[in-house]
Amino acid sequence: MTTSYDAVILGAGIVGAACALECARAGMRVAIVERDTIGSGATAAGMGHVVAMDDSPAQLALTGYSRSLWTRLSPELPASVEYHACGTIWVARDEEEMDEVHRKLAYYTAEGIEAEVLDSNALAEAEPNLARPLAGGLLVPHDAVLYPPCAAGYLVEQAQRHGATLLLGHTVISAAHGQVTLKDGTALQAKIIVNATGSLAPALTPGLQVKPRKGHLIITDRYPGYLHHQLVELGYLKSAHSSTGDSVAFNVQPRKTGQLLIGSSRQFDSDSEDTSVDHKIVAAMIERAALYMPGLPSLSALRIWSGFRAATPDKLPLIGPTEDPTVFLATGHEGLGITTSLGTARLLADHLLSRPTTIPLAPYLPSRLPSSYLSDEAIHV
Amino acid sequence: MTTQSHLAHRFQTLIVGSGPAGIAAATCAAEAGHRVGIIDDNPNPGGQIWRSLRGQSTPDTSHGDGASEWYRRLTATSATRLQGWSVFDQPEAGIVRAERQGGTVHLHYDNLIIATGARERFLPFPGWTLPNVMGVGAIQAMVKGGLPVAGKRIVLAGSGPLLLAVAATLRAAEAIVVCICEQASLRQLAPFALGLAADPAKIMQGLRYKAATLDVPFHTSAWPVEADGDGILRSVTILHHGEKQQISCDYLACGFHLVPNTELAAMLGCRIEADNVAVDELQRTSISNIFCAGEPTGIGGLELSLIEGQIAGLAGAGQDKEARLLLDKKRRASHFADRLAAAFALRSELKELPQETTLVCRCEDVPYGSLKQHHSWRAAKLHTRCGMGPCQGRICGTATHFLLGWNADSVRPPLLPVRIASLASLEAPLNSATSNTQETP
Repeated sequence: MTTSYDAVILGAGIVGAACALECARAGMRVAIVERDTIGSGATAAGMGHVVAMDDSPAQLALTGYSRSLWTRLSPELPASVEYHACGTIWVARDEEEMDEVHRKLAYYTAEGIEAEVLDSNALAEAEPNLARPLAGGLLVPHDAVLYPPCAAGYLVEQAQRHGATLLLGHTVISAAHGQVTLKDGTALQAKIIVNATGSLAPALTPGLQVKPRKGHLIITDRYPGYLHHQLVELGYLKSAHSSTGDSVAFNVQPRKTGQLLIGSSRQFDSDSEDTSVDHKIVAAMIERAALYMPGLPSLSALRIWSGFRAATPDKLPLIGPTEDPTVFLATGHEGLGITTSLGTARLLADHLLSRPTTIPLAPYLPSRLPSSYLSDEAIHV
Repeated sequence: MTTQSHLAHRFQTLIVGSGPAGIAAATCAAEAGHRVGIIDDNPNPGGQIWRSLRGQSTPDTSHGDGASEWYRRLTATSATRLQGWSVFDQPEAGIVRAERQGGTVHLHYDNLIIATGARERFLPFPGWTLPNVMGVGAIQAMVKGGLPVAGKRIVLAGSGPLLLAVAATLRAAEAIVVCICEQASLRQLAPFALGLAADPAKIMQGLRYKAATLDVPFHTSAWPVEADGDGILRSVTILHHGEKQQISCDYLACGFHLVPNTELAAMLGCRIEADNVAVDELQRTSISNIFCAGEPTGIGGLELSLIEGQIAGLAGAGQDKEARLLLDKKRRASHFADRLAAAFALRSELKELPQETTLVCRCEDVPYGSLKQHHSWRAAKLHTRCGMGPCQGRICGTATHFLLGWNADSVRPPLLPVRIASLASLEAPLNSATSNTQETP
């Protein structure tokens, strides 16, 4: 095995896969190291949405930029990726939430993101299985959904076509100072190490303020035509972005097969290896969803699963250099990793190659957050 | 009222599965004085082997194999029988949830006995997804349920004693059983047949099958390689001693021996060893208050299931001494199980059956060609969605375990598709959920 690379990417989730492709396309000699299989962590556990999200200007900048990269990539994606530009509807229950719809419309429009207000009737027409009456909603027509493991698979495949090496089934035990050591003792030399291991990133780069945040999803049997858009309650951002405590929010997504993905839940302080189903939070998710779609409880559920988002204190990812000049980060994407993978990879590659970036990198630089370790420790731990 | 009903659903011993092992376990535990519940997803007790005949609500007692005696003993106890309920998860230790027609019930237990039986193994071959190609157990259940097969040409293929038992059912229903194709070789089967002769009860069973299937050619070293038809089955091509033979038929029933139903045990965290639920001599699993009896501990047939059920029922009710009296009988019956496993071991040529385009996962339409590019069940599942449909990999996971040596993922709730509302029921109103069950008292 060749053991010397320009860039070794840790993790073949969607973020690592996208970074590998950008680096390989730029002519670097790239290796991707993955402990399990492609897209098997948060990438497999998540819903797979490509959405513009506006919790902060920096979040909207990154999601908007990334979404445009997905739109551009979409014609070449294989059918298995199930890319479907179904659009998102932010659902408003009352007039107060309609005010938020109008605020959001103005904000999106100013940022060049197309959106359209639906009144109560238009919403009912767009999604007949929603509860009635609801106040209305905001349709964001160019949002999309996809099947993440195959999307990650496609990106890795493209990276391999540009010469990248894929090392599956290898656990990394250390990655610093230009060397990645695998559990079997193999040492890979790397000019650049990209830690894209999601919520596991602090294990390899100590001191990162990244915590696992557990989420659950339910998938139903096939009900073609039951749902046409991704639906999100306007209160979603409140749930998604409260920094503590357990929360649920209504979020459903159609698959091309007619299946529905039902979310969402957020829990901190969970053991990041414990993927067991929390029945109370699942019940809360279902009750929340039933408020918006009263017919949902009578549908048949096939599976429930859980996974871990990589959460940061300020809800923005960590993209860029660390104190170790060979180690770079691409993690902390919380619930937006599928969307922001492409933007993350492009920003990181632009930074590595000293190319101009399309949007500023500054809001995502790891140095914005103080390390939770002293820097001395970070080197020796 | 609610409180009373609530109490009625707290059991000292709860048995999941009302086939022979479950019936024996429930009977022994109840006779030992335990408050017992027995729950099963079929409308009637009996499991697969004693499945009730059409229009009857009691097990099929027509084979003289102990069914009527065991059923009489069970109904003489005060055990609460919950039929038609599917256990789908355990929201917390000591409580399982079950669903029936959209209603849910919570069952509290001190001891749980898992007696979930076995299912057939299906192996994919070109044409296996055509209408009228089905499982041997399925065709038996359908005939018992009233499917008219008189005069229909039926080929039985696969492996295991079930082929003979089903041939008997089909002959009784006046079907033309064209032939039975057993993949095992005569040499492989011989020690098993000799073993049968050493046990008078087995000789009776063997003779009965033989009599009923007297005119049915029984091919060894024979298996189906392709089913053909124009939208519906017309013929099957059999490879018999290396020669292909096309046989026209109305039904092809296949089953490549049995696979233990270990999903419930696995979901509850019981240790699984070599595909079976690991138990000690008194049927205790790795979890102290959970027992397992019958096929999930290893395919062993009716007699071993009954013995294990009795041991589990007695041991669960604290009668270890009485349970131990059955250990000699259990040891003898397990020798039969060992012979069974050796006799019907699948030959490796069967791994060549699926072609690139043969569907392996029927729920998600995944062909063999796209599966075998992957290195593990999990990788294949994530990238092809194999095993993600309503059967949750019970068919394709079992097939790929044999074909590719893959091991399935951990088992998560729900054990089977359930109404979303059932997943949200944390403590259901028990009395309303269980009205109209045929429970006693």
